[in-house]
Amino acid sequence: MGTRDCRHICGESSPGIGEGGRTGEWRSSLPVIDQKKCLPVRQNKPACFQCWLYCPDAVISKTVPIQINLEYCKGCGICAQVCPAQAIAMVNEEDFHSELGSK
Amino acid sequence: MERDRKADIQILDGNHAAALGAKLSRVQVIAAYPITPQSPVTERLSEFVEGGTLNAEYVAVESEHSALAVCTSASIVGARTFTATSSHGLAYMHEMLHWAAGTRLPVVLACVNRAIGAPWNVLNDQQDSISQRDTGWIQIYARNNQEILDSVIQAYKIAEAVYIPVMVCYDGYILSHTEMPVDVPSQNNVDRFLPPYKPHTTLEPSNPKNYNLVTLANPRVNAEGVLCHGYMELRYLLQEALQNSRETITMVGREFGELFGRSYASMFWEDRMKDADIVIVAMGSLALEATVAADVLRKEGHKAGVLGLRVFRPFPKGDLVKALEKSRLIVVLDKNISYGSEGATCSEIKSALYGSSVNAGIRNFIVGLGGRDVKARELADAVNKSLASLKEGVLNNEYPEWICYI
Repeated sequence: MGTRDCRHICGESSPGIGEGGRTGEWRSSLPVIDQKKCLPVRQNKPACFQCWLYCPDAVISKTVPIQINLEYCKGCGICAQVCPAQAIAMVNEEDFHSELGSK
Repeated sequence: MERDRKADIQILDGNHAAALGAKLSRVQVIAAYPITPQSPVTERLSEFVEGGTLNAEYVAVESEHSALAVCTSASIVGARTFTATSSHGLAYMHEMLHWAAGTRLPVVLACVNRAIGAPWNVLNDQQDSISQRDTGWIQIYARNNQEILDSVIQAYKIAEAVYIPVMVCYDGYILSHTEMPVDVPSQNNVDRFLPPYKPHTTLEPSNPKNYNLVTLANPRVNAEGVLCHGYMELRYLLQEALQNSRETITMVGREFGELFGRSYASMFWEDRMKDADIVIVAMGSLALEATVAADVLRKEGHKAGVLGLRVFRPFPKGDLVKALEKSRLIVVLDKNISYGSEGATCSEIKSALYGSSVNAGIRNFIVGLGGRDVKARELADAVNKSLASLKEGVLNNEYPEWICYI
């Protein structure tokens, strides 16, 4: 059957980034950060990071400024919900790209 | 190996024997929910843990589903686990039975056979474990309390060699609450027989693993570029492992015999089968009752023998065909029924005999449901009745007969 290079007898695998492919393609809306509102940027020090903590896909960096890996962000919007400074807005993917194109 | 000379005879009921078997196997995690008639197993084990004579984690849970969830989780990270249940409890575990087998975890479960509602009934039949025959577990049926204790210990050695969970089944009340002498092996010898568990799954923070993620039907390349089994390949491997487990089961049984003096080198046991042309087939304590019926039949001049099935899954097709070669009448007793068809053991035997040279008449009797007493005289009558209809040329009946008042 050609699959015997796998020695597992049950459904076993190692965690790896993007095992399901580039899951960013699943997204219908994307998080857009207003860095001026983001607390780590405003205070210029590691702070808050609620978005990093709550992101279920671990695509947000714990850095100043924070960065979101859009190749794997599925657009769930949890970061926008938990941000105490309302610095993240969920923008419709198509609108975002058409706005970019019109600029 | 030297025989176990330090063994001592104790008067034990079946539940106590099962609990002692788990203790001697040095189980590390126990999770169970009490249900009649299994409750004394859990009570006994919690006493062992509380009293400090068994170094194990006893996890109190709110249901049987959770009990087996605890056991599978603990087993994944490498613990030797034990649970016990009956009837509705086993039915409630149904989903987790599949998870344990699918993950190839050597959990051992004592099933104290009890009827299933409706209507409510707490007494013995084998409908509960037979209803779980397709979950990928090995099923062993004990005929007396000695076999319960011995089978639990062997179950760990079998399960951990082939990575398949094992259900040790024994009849509620008839064995679970009946005391009989049991030869209890010494801890030293059980330790010699049963080495510590070597898991195929790991919990290692420096080498993290995923278990049982969504697995598509077809093989797929994983994150490291290795082509991995799809769902169907993993399921094939479970079937292949069960097919091949026969050898391990008999080998472990033989090894047990060498060390403890009680051999379990066969998937079934035989009584007066050498010259028998009439064979009664049954499982568990029912097979012992059948030997009394065979006494009656022998006195009446029949060459009757008994074949007591010990292992129901994997079903020992090849061995059975050989054992039944000389029979002209096979009477299969079932304390269960696949409604709309017949008793599970009978179906298995007919399937095993297909294409073989055995051309015996086969009769199926449904007996002892919900704890209905099974009398040797009734069994002997059933055999005589079958002989009469066989003389009329009827080889097989479409449906089973019931020994009851309808």
